[in-house]
Amino acid sequence: MEGQLKLKAARALCVGAGGLGSPVSLYLAAAGVGVIGIVDFDEVDYSNLQRQIIHGTSDVGRSKLDSAKARLNELNPEIEIITHEMALSSRNALGLFADYDLVIDGTDNFPTRYLVNDACVLQGKPNIYGSIFRFEGQASVFATKNGPCYRCLYPEPPPPGLVPSCAEGGVLGILPGVVGTLQATEAIKVILGVGEPLIGRFLIFDALRMRFRELKLQRDPDCPVCGEHPTVTELIDYEQFCGVTTTAASPSGAMVEAEHEVTVEELKDRLERKESFLLLDVREPQEFEICRIPGSLLIPLGDLPSRLSELEGRDDMIVHCKSGVRSGKAVRLLHEAGYGKARNLRGGIIAWIDRIDPKLPKY
Amino acid sequence: MANRILIPTPLRVYVNKQDVVEAEGQTVGELLRNMTAEYTALRNHLYNEDGKLRSFVNIYVNDDDIRYLEREQTLLKPGDTVSIIPSVAGGARP
Repeated sequence: MEGQLKLKAARALCVGAGGLGSPVSLYLAAAGVGVIGIVDFDEVDYSNLQRQIIHGTSDVGRSKLDSAKARLNELNPEIEIITHEMALSSRNALGLFADYDLVIDGTDNFPTRYLVNDACVLQGKPNIYGSIFRFEGQASVFATKNGPCYRCLYPEPPPPGLVPSCAEGGVLGILPGVVGTLQATEAIKVILGVGEPLIGRFLIFDALRMRFRELKLQRDPDCPVCGEHPTVTELIDYEQFCGVTTTAASPSGAMVEAEHEVTVEELKDRLERKESFLLLDVREPQEFEICRIPGSLLIPLGDLPSRLSELEGRDDMIVHCKSGVRSGKAVRLLHEAGYGKARNLRGGIIAWIDRIDPKLPKY
Repeated sequence: MANRILIPTPLRVYVNKQDVVEAEGQTVGELLRNMTAEYTALRNHLYNEDGKLRSFVNIYVNDDDIRYLEREQTLLKPGDTVSIIPSVAGGARP
């Protein structure tokens, strides 16, 4: 009973009402956590329903917060759901976190992860961390009194484009279900002060092999946020920290410098002038079936290293994929292999469809 | 002495889709250099232009972060497994 009262008195904030936020908030509500705050600013879309199980078909088009709140209130009318319709930012995070006892990180991009981490450390709130990629998930508990924080593990984010987003490779729908439930478990353990939470432990889940493994984490005494002599004492510009541009131009996230990129307009010109060069498509065969740029050669990115011989003698190349991230990788690879003139098509076939040939089907 | 290196999902495309590769090396540094000599496309993802290991990639020997061992000078024993753990961020949105 005492435990149940502790749960009722607890205030947990879920950042994100999506793949991870769905199972986390459902289980915390079922467990009777007294106040659950949710931060999101998105609307429910059909493509969400494969994994964001708090939402249903009848919620499509509705705000994710409204949908989540309705579902959670129905599950447990005895608790309070507070919705925060906003994009978490350096301007609002500290004030928001101050009202809660712990924060559950269910976000999907690096700038926000660093923001959540830093705000948790600065406010002294545990950060129940979970993240997923394709078939693997990670979970841990950061920002506790003597434990490590996210920056102890990853002091710096990768440059944009070096680590693909779910858009590039998709994600197994059940994966956030497992990781989100792990996060809910850790949240409850932290609230109740029972068991051995994942403090100083980094849990990695491989769904395909159904294996869990654990890595040891330590608090880094030189950590700029939670170390002995912190240099980060207030929230910073995380977009800049992560090198994410905020221009309206296509977020290709390519890790290729501008001189190694071409626009779809330039490609169109070169094709019209019948210039001699290779247009290389590095998507998967099923994507090629849906739409392609005439004259392109398909070599999926995964096969490229072993099929480089097919490119012998082809010096001048323009490489594309769906949106410009995989092709950015391919261009890097080609440069390494001696094809210094390979260039990336910024925005990929999606930009081609948007600006040059809208008749092609999008996907 | 060959040791296994566990390759994380985002980097498997650079090692012919394998999830484990083997390489020779007495130390972690030697092992990784030998591995990236064979799989050159991986080099950029592990090392920056100055030849230093990138900070958003963590290297573990069994369960221990090499930062808290001898870093790249960490000696390897037979049966030790080296893991590359990159940061990933996916959670809510495709």
